[in-house]
Amino acid sequence: MIELKGVTRRFGETVAVDGIDLTIETGEVCVLVGSSGCGKSTTLRMINRLLPRSSGDILVDGEDVNDIDPQALRLNMGYVIQSTGLFPHWTVARNIGLVPDLLKWPARRREQRVNELLTLLGLDPQTDAARFPHQLSGGQAQRVGVARALAGDPNILLMDEPFGALDAITRELLQQEMLRIQKQLNKTTVFVTHDIDEALRLATRIAVMDQGRIIQHDTPEAILRQPASTFVENLLGSGDRGLKLLALRTVGEVMERHPEPRRPASDTTGLNEADSLRVALSAMVWENATQLPVLSKAGCEVGIVKREQLLQVRP
Amino acid sequence: MMRVWLTPVIWFALLGVLAAFLPAMGSLFSWVQPGTDDLVYSRDSFYLLLQSHAWLVLVSATIGTLVAVSAGIFVTRPWGRDFLPLVSQIASIGQTVPPVAVLALAVPALGFGEKPTLLALALYGLLPILRNTLAGMDGINPGVLEAARGMGMSPAGVLFKVEFPLAGRVILAGIRTSVTINIATAAIGSTIGARTLGDPVIAGLVNGNTAYVLQGAILIGLLALATDSLFEAVERLWARRSLAV
Repeated sequence: MIELKGVTRRFGETVAVDGIDLTIETGEVCVLVGSSGCGKSTTLRMINRLLPRSSGDILVDGEDVNDIDPQALRLNMGYVIQSTGLFPHWTVARNIGLVPDLLKWPARRREQRVNELLTLLGLDPQTDAARFPHQLSGGQAQRVGVARALAGDPNILLMDEPFGALDAITRELLQQEMLRIQKQLNKTTVFVTHDIDEALRLATRIAVMDQGRIIQHDTPEAILRQPASTFVENLLGSGDRGLKLLALRTVGEVMERHPEPRRPASDTTGLNEADSLRVALSAMVWENATQLPVLSKAGCEVGIVKREQLLQVRP
Repeated sequence: MMRVWLTPVIWFALLGVLAAFLPAMGSLFSWVQPGTDDLVYSRDSFYLLLQSHAWLVLVSATIGTLVAVSAGIFVTRPWGRDFLPLVSQIASIGQTVPPVAVLALAVPALGFGEKPTLLALALYGLLPILRNTLAGMDGINPGVLEAARGMGMSPAGVLFKVEFPLAGRVILAGIRTSVTINIATAAIGSTIGARTLGDPVIAGLVNGNTAYVLQGAILIGLLALATDSLFEAVERLWARRSLAV
């Protein structure tokens, strides 16, 4: 658990972070979202003490971070940044093995861990491990960045706009990976972004920041349903709020489940349980259908989802 | 691997052979200085001069490198950053002072002989190293340093495992420039009483003996070429190591 109590950071005359209170529960993904210069990165960098705070308290599992040796503190906090910050003179394997190396793990265990992470992040231990960062694509480099952050098995993950520099397709792919990995590992994560869609997608709870203050701190759904101010409303954009709401739920949550899996009619398109309702609605519009079957991974029809059910999401 | 060292070895061998056999090749120089038998500089052996010359350069380069790299590290740490503008200004302004002037200014402070030469060489030689150290450190992607610190590396770890390897080539290039300049500048040390390969050049100019001048100049030139090719080899090795381990 990470607790921020009245944390303030001044740069000379300007106040970058203005007395914020924020509690991040163990295992949750807290996304700090806001326009540039709102203090979200500053907040993140105060948690691992890359920046000293001007006043207030930051506690990790009840202990003030200022009482912990900064290196020991950071070894227990994975850190991912937008520019990846991979060491250009080290191979991918050595980059990922950085923290295990600093923790003085034996070579065998380190090597094992590196292979494990390469596989987890969808990279190939055979070919990619020996490559250098300049030989990787942007998406691959950021995968390595995430792997490096996870290598020491830290309790906490700090991510500073990790996917901000990637193209839309790669970004979405990595967001999916991140959701998958988070389900597996349950790291307490603080994630900074200026992209509200990314925030809605990844967050357990979102903290909307503006001018160094937290305007609203709540679940994605609550923020969508009841934006605390016009600033939050503008951030969400009014045009597709309904669709954003649909994107938060999955087909599995609203479908009518068949008592027994069935053989699907061969000519129909089907949905997956993990698809969002937004995807489901889009498919229905495209197929001009009032209902669509839900297929399991094996290809059996496990249920159906109806259009009117989708439209009832907002009570 | 071995081929990298081939060029410097050839140059140094040529330098050694020439220093040994120049006295026997006096007749070759008769065309530049006809009408005299005094064709080879003989006050000191060329070997002795070469040794003393190389020693002066080596000692001054070592001092210059140590001071310049330390200063470069100091002003790029958080607690020394206030001095960065001052030091980088000194590094660039210092380059505009000609080496002869530095040499002349060192005499009133230290008298004649090797000491003022050493001081002047060290002082003048540290400027390119300092400038390149700063440029090398400055050229490192700030994201890399941010990540290094953020992952929990100690300040010393960041310096030795990240900053030095990444800035090393640029720093090495600075040392190369510095040493090459100082091989030439050390020769001028002869004017203030240091024993260097400049001795035959100065003696030749004073006595109107072009053969002397030529002999000194050839050896100085060869020393510079040999040293430069040595650095070239080291740089190539460095590049190979840092990119294809």
